[in-house]
Amino acid sequence: MIIFGFLAQTLRIVIPYIFAASGGVISERSGLIAIGLEGYMLTGAFCAALASYYSGSPWIGLIGAAAGGIAIALLYAVTAIRFRADQVVVGIAINLLAVGMTRFFLRLTFHSSANSPRVPGFGAEQSGTGVASLASNPLIWMGIAAVALVAWMLYRTPFGLRIRAVGEHPVAATSVGIRVGRIRYLAAALSGMLAGLGGAYLALDQHQFSAEMTAGRGFIALAAVIFGRWDPVRAALACLLFAAADALQIQLQGAQAIPSQFVEMIPYALTIIALAGVVGRATPPAALGKVAE
Amino acid sequence: MTTPATENPPAPAAIAPPVNPASRLAALEEAILPVVVALLVAAIVGDVLILSFGQNPGTVYRLLFEGTWGNAYGFGQVLYKTTTLTFTGLAVAVGLRAGLFNIGAESQLAAGGFAAALVGLILPPGLPALVTLPVYLVAAAIGGGLVGGVPGVLKARFGAHEVITTIMLNFIVLALLNYLTAAHLKVEASLHTEEIHAGGLPRLSSYIAAFHGSAANVVLFIALLAVVLTWWFLFRTRRGFELRATGLQPAAAEYGGVDVRSVWWRAMVLSGALAGIGGLNFVLGYKHYYEDAFATGAGFLGIAVAIVGRNNPIGVLLAAFVFATISQGGLAVNAVVPKQMVDVLQAVVIIAVAASVPEVRRMLRKGDR
Repeated sequence: MIIFGFLAQTLRIVIPYIFAASGGVISERSGLIAIGLEGYMLTGAFCAALASYYSGSPWIGLIGAAAGGIAIALLYAVTAIRFRADQVVVGIAINLLAVGMTRFFLRLTFHSSANSPRVPGFGAEQSGTGVASLASNPLIWMGIAAVALVAWMLYRTPFGLRIRAVGEHPVAATSVGIRVGRIRYLAAALSGMLAGLGGAYLALDQHQFSAEMTAGRGFIALAAVIFGRWDPVRAALACLLFAAADALQIQLQGAQAIPSQFVEMIPYALTIIALAGVVGRATPPAALGKVAE
Repeated sequence: MTTPATENPPAPAAIAPPVNPASRLAALEEAILPVVVALLVAAIVGDVLILSFGQNPGTVYRLLFEGTWGNAYGFGQVLYKTTTLTFTGLAVAVGLRAGLFNIGAESQLAAGGFAAALVGLILPPGLPALVTLPVYLVAAAIGGGLVGGVPGVLKARFGAHEVITTIMLNFIVLALLNYLTAAHLKVEASLHTEEIHAGGLPRLSSYIAAFHGSAANVVLFIALLAVVLTWWFLFRTRRGFELRATGLQPAAAEYGGVDVRSVWWRAMVLSGALAGIGGLNFVLGYKHYYEDAFATGAGFLGIAVAIVGRNNPIGVLLAAFVFATISQGGLAVNAVVPKQMVDVLQAVVIIAVAASVPEVRRMLRKGDR
């Protein structure tokens, strides 16, 4: 039974990571640094709560989340591509913007500085860990499907080939007639949509939006992208590893075996180790963060 | 680290090449135009947000002005925030001058404050500030420098990208400090340490009564000194020249005899140390204890300050003052519009500056031809 609780817990934690990391892989493989994942998720979570609240349907909430994620990702893409702004600077600003905007509109629409009222979500129980409530949440299945779809798209479709081409060698891509900017805009939109859905999972699972509810999950997803060496399946496995560590810590909370802070460090420490090349060097896409002329 | 030092490295003869007034004007134009554009864009976005809340922009901006520059308390708070942001801004600027993006100022600031607090708890109470200040400075610089040095060494030794390692290290260091504070050092029912009695630094209000109640303290003068010293280091010393050369063209610098890898880790240590000293502003100047998460946001805003200040120490100081004003202004208008409006405006300023810098540069170049 404990094992079962652990697995269910892991699954609940991993889904938002998986969504955001899948988006992060697409963005980074196209050459756009995905520092803004946290902001996309937060925007998605807020838009999901907003759309779900006013429509009464969590499905409309999902559409809202996707639209919100796409909008903020495109803002990033326009500044990075059209205006050639530094991607790291704008990416960080996008995260600050998302925090400020969601809190501002939280007060504007729901007159609260902390959280939204209860909104329609998937599953009846609030933060239920039962299997029934998990299986009835379509976002679980969508998250798992997203990994497969992104992997298929990236490696088996012409569009995926183009994404990889503009991320590795934009000049060569241009010379064979690929429109680098257009591919990157599409990649950014896709990453915003996926990360936005990851945020939607958080809001719809808890049946409300609360301020800064993503709490660094976007950065864990970014860590998973790097730890998974920019491959969708490996990134998802990294998410699974990070989520399992998290779930284990929750299960052990009573035992006080390891302070929770040390468990929190695991994804970040592993990512640094991977970057330092202790167990095989993690090499980013060649044109990551570079301006395409 | 691995490159052998050349016997007679070419002397950087042109540390300060003579600049003709016209090109200096153009440089100034290039530095100021993006900021003007950004402030305009921010004002427009601000208007929209204020109107969406059903308020009058004029009223809100007047409140913002009165609550920051309009009275001594507000101005004192602005100066207090300027102090921290100057340190984190300088930290980021020094990194960027070396071609390194230090996203870790947040945890370096916290680590500096934490180290100073640890030392303060050990030092015998009642020591005068003149004796303890150097000790605190060194402690804070070591605390921040260590946290900054790790990504520096990882970059120099393994080529690990400092953007990612500093982000990851932020989470690791802040979790560690949270653990140390919560598990070992906290006063019951709080997340801060015992009060430090050894040589706290006086607030400005003990000299100028009008600042009463504001947190502004003499660390402000240490910040001003840091601005001058950083400028002197970057533009008037050989190591500073090597650092800038590395930032502009690492390969060319290497060819010219600069040990690029040591420049990288040294720059990160210096960057971290600057951020770390900023921790004194809160720990010694304001609260006289270390409190968990006191640094939240100041590191990220340091990036904004460095970008808007164009990585020039004087520009950093001015930008820190602008961002401190916006921050404090949020509290001044909170009764009328949500204070989160200023978070949005700060983000808009960063995005607009980052987006208009390359654009302005192209426009000016085109105009030259």
